[in-house]
Amino acid sequence: MALAFDEYGRPFIIIREQEQKSRVRGLDAQKANILAAKAVSRILRTSLGPKGMDKMLQSADGEVTITNDGATILEQMEVENQIGKLMVELSRSQDYEIGDGTTGVVVTAGALLEHAEKLLDRGIHPIRVAEGYEMASKIAVETLEKISTKFEYDVFNFEPLVQTCMTTLSSKIVGRCKRDLAEIAVKAVLAVADLERRDVNLDLIKVEGKVGGRLEDTELVYGIVVDKDMSHPQMPKHIEDAKIAILTCPFEPPKPKTKHKVDIDSVEKFQALQEQEKKYFDDMVQKCKDVGSTLVICQWGFDDEANHLLMHRGLPAVRWVGGVELELIAIATGGRIVPRFQELTPEKLGKAGLVREKSFGTTKDRMLYIEECANSKAVTIFIRGGNKMMIEETKRSVHDALCVARNLIRDNSIVYGGGSAEIAVSLAVEAAADKIPGVEQYAMRAFADALDAVPMALAENSGLQPIDTLTAVKAQQVKEKNPRLGIDCNDVGTNDMREQNVFETLIGKKQQLQLATQVVKMILKIDDVITPQSY
Amino acid sequence: MAGNIFKEEALEEKGERARMAAFIGAMAIEDLVKSTLGPKGMDKILQSAGRGHSITVTNDGATILKSLHVDNPAAKVLVEISKVQDDEVGDGTTSVVVLAGELLREAEKLIAQKIHPMTIIAGYRMAVDCARSALEMKVRNNKGDSEKFRKDLVNIAMTTLSSKILSQDKEYFANLAVDAVLRLKGSGNLEAIQIIKKCGGSLRDSFLDEGFILDRKIGVGQPKRIQNAKILVANTAMDTDKIKIYGARVRVDAMSKVAEIEAAEKNKMKEKVEKILAHGINCFVNRQLIYNFPEELFAEAGIMAVEHADFDGIERLALVTGGEIASTFENPESVKLGHCKQIEEIMIGEDKLIHFSGVELGQACTIVLRGASTHLLDEAERSLHDALCVLAATVKDSRVVWGGGWPEMLMARHVDELARKTPGKKSLAVESFGAALRAIPSIICDNAGLDSADLVSQLRAAHFNEDSSAGVDVITGAVGDMEARGIYEAFKVKLAVLLSATEAAEMILRVDEIIKCAPRQREDGM
Repeated sequence: MALAFDEYGRPFIIIREQEQKSRVRGLDAQKANILAAKAVSRILRTSLGPKGMDKMLQSADGEVTITNDGATILEQMEVENQIGKLMVELSRSQDYEIGDGTTGVVVTAGALLEHAEKLLDRGIHPIRVAEGYEMASKIAVETLEKISTKFEYDVFNFEPLVQTCMTTLSSKIVGRCKRDLAEIAVKAVLAVADLERRDVNLDLIKVEGKVGGRLEDTELVYGIVVDKDMSHPQMPKHIEDAKIAILTCPFEPPKPKTKHKVDIDSVEKFQALQEQEKKYFDDMVQKCKDVGSTLVICQWGFDDEANHLLMHRGLPAVRWVGGVELELIAIATGGRIVPRFQELTPEKLGKAGLVREKSFGTTKDRMLYIEECANSKAVTIFIRGGNKMMIEETKRSVHDALCVARNLIRDNSIVYGGGSAEIAVSLAVEAAADKIPGVEQYAMRAFADALDAVPMALAENSGLQPIDTLTAVKAQQVKEKNPRLGIDCNDVGTNDMREQNVFETLIGKKQQLQLATQVVKMILKIDDVITPQSY
Repeated sequence: MAGNIFKEEALEEKGERARMAAFIGAMAIEDLVKSTLGPKGMDKILQSAGRGHSITVTNDGATILKSLHVDNPAAKVLVEISKVQDDEVGDGTTSVVVLAGELLREAEKLIAQKIHPMTIIAGYRMAVDCARSALEMKVRNNKGDSEKFRKDLVNIAMTTLSSKILSQDKEYFANLAVDAVLRLKGSGNLEAIQIIKKCGGSLRDSFLDEGFILDRKIGVGQPKRIQNAKILVANTAMDTDKIKIYGARVRVDAMSKVAEIEAAEKNKMKEKVEKILAHGINCFVNRQLIYNFPEELFAEAGIMAVEHADFDGIERLALVTGGEIASTFENPESVKLGHCKQIEEIMIGEDKLIHFSGVELGQACTIVLRGASTHLLDEAERSLHDALCVLAATVKDSRVVWGGGWPEMLMARHVDELARKTPGKKSLAVESFGAALRAIPSIICDNAGLDSADLVSQLRAAHFNEDSSAGVDVITGAVGDMEARGIYEAFKVKLAVLLSATEAAEMILRVDEIIKCAPRQREDGM
């Protein structure tokens, strides 16, 4: 097949080194791809829902991660298969766009593919299946919008927001203090939110963790916490009403970027150069002092001499502060980042009410708190926990909670969780399918069936009889015309999700369905996989 | 071809098998350190795989686990919590691993009875809250009474040290440690306590020195003893003062000019030394090297110059003498100098050290440890470090509890009561939590060669009484009154053990799948 003939009947090769490549074509290619995608989604299936389990991942360097977050699991498990990588991408884009529901999207995509496989077995062309899915997803999104409700909150009554964040956190290991963490997350988001424009810049929320202490010690700092200490051990550890000079130039002799040589050929020049050097250090420190700064935060290192001069003139300084942190400090304190000493002016200084150093544990761990900043629109969530893995997992969970709160502020439409939305959509798609003539009808029915995968997995993970529970809830939804009925994962006694306070954002759900359909369509369209054999 | 989506060498374990792997790994670690628990716990020899195969003999859980190369991911979780315990409170590093291991051991039994891990976790969470409040109710606080508080501290230090190599002289060392920590006046800054190890002599020859000892030699021909010293602590180059401006280089066209520049360089050094002398000091301590030439100049001026004091040494010296670390010497009048009554060279064993006594800030002190071998000294240092950490933590949070398995039994009793009140499967998990807690005193007994079943059941009976202070006294091998025997522990340590162990156990329990990525290929085939 790789051999073709030109118009003179001479053979030529289309794909070179054919023997060294393996190639899967046609229906086999689709089947193999579907199998791989299913394998990925099967791994995540058990992590879904409040009773979902965690995965332990060991990286190539032996580092251990324990997590429940779909995007993280997929990212860390180093999938080799190409289709597997597509699924990883899928989960990642859900993470970037929405921040939550990363597991659900993969499970949905897996289920869609599983049902597509059955249709392929019946001899339906993959493109027709894809088209049917597309139509179904349109109906699904419409249904979601129909059943969505508005979610009421305001800055003073943020209890509903806290409730939503708690739903997100309940499936994580931090579930133990979900209330505290949810409150922290909501307060953090409200602190940086621009309610006029309904926008939240999550970059303004810094999530910092430190091993040790307890999860309950996690706190929200209205300011910035930097994992650095003063450059000189004898500098003051507590500064009030600090005026901060934020510098990106090192306290070191200048290093011009153009190549140059300074030649010393006489004693005078030698001495002159020394004088120059001394003066240079002096000038640097003096400039900072002259504009009235009481704290210097620098991105680069200090020379020993400069360090002492700073200390000597009573100018505390922090060195090697990362670029991102520097920016945050600048935003929080209302200062400007100054790249050269010459450009330092009093207006460019940042202001903070209190800067203090705090030490932890028995080792020499110190962190710098910058609080009561001029512009309070930058906050830090400071996480403590028993071990490194716990902190990492908490960071991820808090990030999810932050995203959820942000999405609600952006768009306060919600749908109810616990699989209720999926069941409602499935019913609507099923009903719509009957009205569509042609092969697509089958595809749409398959779509409806696939949507049941999420509530099914939820029920399974919670130790319920999956089929029994699902059919019961479905029947109830039809009978009562109540799209809020879902799976009662926590065994509360009611399956009305409004009473259980389990809901998700409409955009999140919509995105989930759309992304999953897109990826499934893409996978169905592949009919030829060529890989180099030598791998 | 069941969708092999990973790289070739990656491993994937699922469901029951994953859980088994996690349990086995965690329990293996527990079994490893279990035998070091308690006053009669045994030590371990660790031989490094690196060059020289150096040996460490230790009883400290964190040290043992730190040196292990563990492959099992669940085991790594336990190693990690032990490390954190060490960093945060300094002691209880073995207990935390043992408790986490016991919790998992109990959980395994429950899983065999087909109880879902999430149910177990829910039960453990209830139990840990109950245990915590039970412990908090029973704490004692002697903050107000300094005499009693000191006694508490000595008792705590003695309890900590009793399981270590220093147990022979625990009273001596407990007092030593308490003195050192109380000197800090509540700042809890353990950096101010310096531990110097010198081979030779016996452990009893160790002493606490009120001043500061620097493990360095005084330059040749300089005074060996100075009264009312004024010290300049510096961090500056005293070899050749290089020009730091980038791209500077010397280019000359005649030999004579080389000589001139050399002279200028020398001159510069001389000027620098003179500037230093202008501070009116009689002792100069530098972090960097002092070359022969400036050393000679200092000797001429009759000044003691100490070179190459390491960074910690410099910082401590600055801390204790109240001077500032200087790097430029332009304004002698405004540089804060350090002061002390006397500096002299002293001998410990065969080594000469510099002793700063009568320092301005009374906070700092030095503990000089003596002992027969370096291994012994290393272990002694670790033990003392543990004690110091616990004491510093107790000074901050002065709540204490009794030791000898008393807190575990107390918590176990309350947890058992909770189990009886709890309906549902969770109660089984709560009950297991109590059993795991009781495993600790029983391991302590086993390690001491006592009949653990008998003693623990006796203890249990004794604890039926609300205000019992009964615990295991390993020395006499019987149940005894912990208050009378002075076996105390810091509340903060116990609480940290309880919480981190539960957290770790929960973390491992939640796992239902382990994915190991293909190990990174190393070039040298290590």
